[in-house]
Amino acid sequence: MNTLVETMDKTTTGAISSADLAKDRPSSATVGDVTVADPRMTCRSVDVWYGAKQAIKGVSLDIGKNEVLSMIGPSGCGKSTFLRCLNRMNDTIDGCRVTGSIKLDEQDIYDKSLDPVPLRAQVGMVFQKPNPFPKSIYENVAYGPRIHGLTNNKAELDELVETSLRKAGLWNEVKDRLDQPGTGLSGGQQQRLCIARTIAVSPEVILMDEPCSALDPIATAIIEELIDELRANYSIAIVTHSMQQAARVSQRTAYFHLGDLIEVGETNQIFTNPQHKLTEDYITGRFG
Amino acid sequence: MNNPATNTTSRRAIDIVNASLKRRYARERRFRWLGATAVTLGMVFVILLFADIILKGYTAFQQTYIQLPVELAAATIDPDGNRDPATLASADYMKLIREALREQFPEVTDRRDRRLLTSMISVGAPDLLRERVMADPSLIGTTQELWILADDDIDMLVKGYIDRNAPESDRRVGDQMISWIDKLDAEGRIAKRFNTIFFTHGTSREPELAGIAGALMGSFYTLILTFLLSFPIGVGAALYLEEFAPKNRWTDLIEVNVNNLAAVPSIVFGLLGLAVFIGFFGVPRSTPLVAALVMTLMTLPTIIIASRVALKSVPPSIREAALGVGASPLQTQFHHVLPLALPGILTGSIIGMARALGETAPLLMIGMIAFIVDVPKGFTDAATVLPVQIFLWADSPERGFVERTSAAIIVLLAFLFVMNLAAVLLRRRFERRW
Repeated sequence: MNTLVETMDKTTTGAISSADLAKDRPSSATVGDVTVADPRMTCRSVDVWYGAKQAIKGVSLDIGKNEVLSMIGPSGCGKSTFLRCLNRMNDTIDGCRVTGSIKLDEQDIYDKSLDPVPLRAQVGMVFQKPNPFPKSIYENVAYGPRIHGLTNNKAELDELVETSLRKAGLWNEVKDRLDQPGTGLSGGQQQRLCIARTIAVSPEVILMDEPCSALDPIATAIIEELIDELRANYSIAIVTHSMQQAARVSQRTAYFHLGDLIEVGETNQIFTNPQHKLTEDYITGRFG
Repeated sequence: MNNPATNTTSRRAIDIVNASLKRRYARERRFRWLGATAVTLGMVFVILLFADIILKGYTAFQQTYIQLPVELAAATIDPDGNRDPATLASADYMKLIREALREQFPEVTDRRDRRLLTSMISVGAPDLLRERVMADPSLIGTTQELWILADDDIDMLVKGYIDRNAPESDRRVGDQMISWIDKLDAEGRIAKRFNTIFFTHGTSREPELAGIAGALMGSFYTLILTFLLSFPIGVGAALYLEEFAPKNRWTDLIEVNVNNLAAVPSIVFGLLGLAVFIGFFGVPRSTPLVAALVMTLMTLPTIIIASRVALKSVPPSIREAALGVGASPLQTQFHHVLPLALPGILTGSIIGMARALGETAPLLMIGMIAFIVDVPKGFTDAATVLPVQIFLWADSPERGFVERTSAAIIVLLAFLFVMNLAAVLLRRRFERRW
C-alpha cells in the first residue's frame, strides 16, 4: 500500500500544476492582432467578475463577418464565460458583472437602454448539451419565429421551418416525423435541431459552446461540415476543447488562459507557429 | 487481526476486503429487516384502522324501514279535493301512519301503549310521506304498501346493537316493543334498505334523519374556493420567488417565513381568520367563504414550497434554450418552465387541498361547528364541513351516531383517497422526460 502512494505521488509531480503556469503568465497584452478588417462584433477591455472572482481580464477581440472564430484553452480559462457575454446570457447568473465594451454592428450591447431579448434573436446560441424543448420537432424550430412574429401565416412558418431544417442538414432525416418530440432524436440530430432552432430567427452571429462535446465522431463531422456551410451567411464564434476541431472549422483562433486572452491569430499560424510559450505548450499537449 | 502495514506481502487488499464482506452484508441484512418490520408494522396499523372504521360504519349505509299498508285518505290529506299544494303540505301525515300501525296491532288499546307503538316510527317519517304524496298526488285516496322509516332505537335493535338479554331497564327498547318488532319481522314487514337519507339530507338531532349532504356540499364549496384562491396565488408567488426575485436579504426572509408558516399549527390560522376576516373585514361567519379564506392561508405555504421545488427541478438548459432564441423571461417561464413543472405543482396543490379537506381545528374557530341542518347552496350560506360533522357526531350521545360517524369517516377517506390518486395520475399523465 505504501508503494502505491509513492507511485501516485510521482505521477502528480510529473504534471505541470496550474500554479506554476500562473507564475509565468504575462501581464502584458495579447499576442497577435485582435482586430479584423470587417468586424461584426468588437470587444474592448472586457472584464467579467463572478462576485469577487475575476473570470475574464481585459479581453479585446473582434469577430469578423463570415468567419469562424474558435476559442481554445484549458478548462476554467474563461472562454465559455466570454462567449456568454456576447449575447448577455450571463445576465441570468447572479453576481455576474461585465465591464468594458462589446459592440454588435457599432451598437453597445451592454448599453442600459438595450433590451437583451431582441439581442438574443440577433446573436443566437448553441449550447454544449443538446437542449431541444420537450415539444415536437416542428414546434422546436417554429417557437422562435412565432414569439418574434417573423411570419404572417402558417404557410410562411412551414416554409421557414423547412428552410431552417434544410440549412441545419436535418430536413431529410425528420421531414416525415415533424410532429414527433425533438427529444426523441439522437444526440447529433438534437444538436442540429438546436442549430436549426437558432437560425430560424435569422441571427447575425451564432455562438457555439462546445457544440460537439457530447457527440460521437460521425455526428461531430456532420456538425463541423454544417458550421463551414453556415459561415457563408453568419459570423460564428465557437468554443471547443478539441484542437483538431478548431483547426478544421475556424479561420481565426484565440487562445485563453486563466481569464487572459494570450494569443490570437490565423488558425494555421496558431497551430504551426505559435508565438507565445503558453500557446505552444497547450497545442503541443504539454498541459490542458 | 493482522496489521496490513507489517504484513504487506502475505495479505493483499482483496483479502482485507473479503474479510470485511461478511460484516458488511450482515449490517445490510439487519437494515433491510428493520425496514421490512417498520413497513409491516405500519401496514398492520393502517389495516386495523380501516377494518375498525369499516366494520363500525358499513351498517350506516343501510337503514331499517317498516312496511305498512297506509291508507292515504283523501279526507285527511285533501278534504277540499282541489289538490292545493298548501293544503297537501299542511296535512297530518303522522295520523295516517299512526292509523296504519294501529291496524297491525288491533290488540293495543291502552293510550300509553299506543304512544309507545307510535314511537317506533321516526319523527321524520311524516315529512318523507308528505314529499312522496306531493310529488305524486294521484296516490291520494288509495291504500299503498309503504316502507316507513323506523326510529333509530328500532334501527339499532334490528342491526343487533341492542343486547336483548340485558335487563329491560338497561335497554333503550322495552320487551313489549321487541315483541312488536318480532311480530312485524315474522310478517316480513321489517327490512334494511339502502340509506339514501344519509346522502341527501343535512344533519339532524335524530340519527335516522341525519345525513352528510350538508357537510359534503360545505366541503365542496370550501375546497373549490380554496383551490381557486390558493393555486394562482401560490404558483405566482413561487414563480416570482424562484425565477424573478433578486436573491437578497428580503427574499431570504420571505423564504424563511414561508417555510415557518407551513409548520404553524392550524388552529392559529383559525384564530387569525376569526380576528381578520370575521372581526375586521366582516365576512359572514360559518360560511364556505370565510373557511376558504382561512384554508387558503393555510395551504399557501404548502403550495409555494411544492411549486418552488417543481420549478427548481426543471433543468436550466430549458431556460437557456428559450432565452437563447430570444424569449422574454416571462415567455420562458410560461411557455417552457411552467408546463414542465406543472405535474409537481399539481401534486403539491392536491396534497395541500387534501390537507384542507381533512382540517378541523381552524374551522372550529370561525363558526363552522354550528348545527346547520340546511344543505348550503352557495359560498355565503351557513355551512359545516365533513371533518367538523364527524367531530359533532362523535360527540352525540345517541347510539345511531356511532355508525354514522364511522360512515362519514369512510366517505371522507374515500374523497382523500380519490384526491391522492388524482395527484398520482396527473403526475404520470403530464410527466415529460427530456
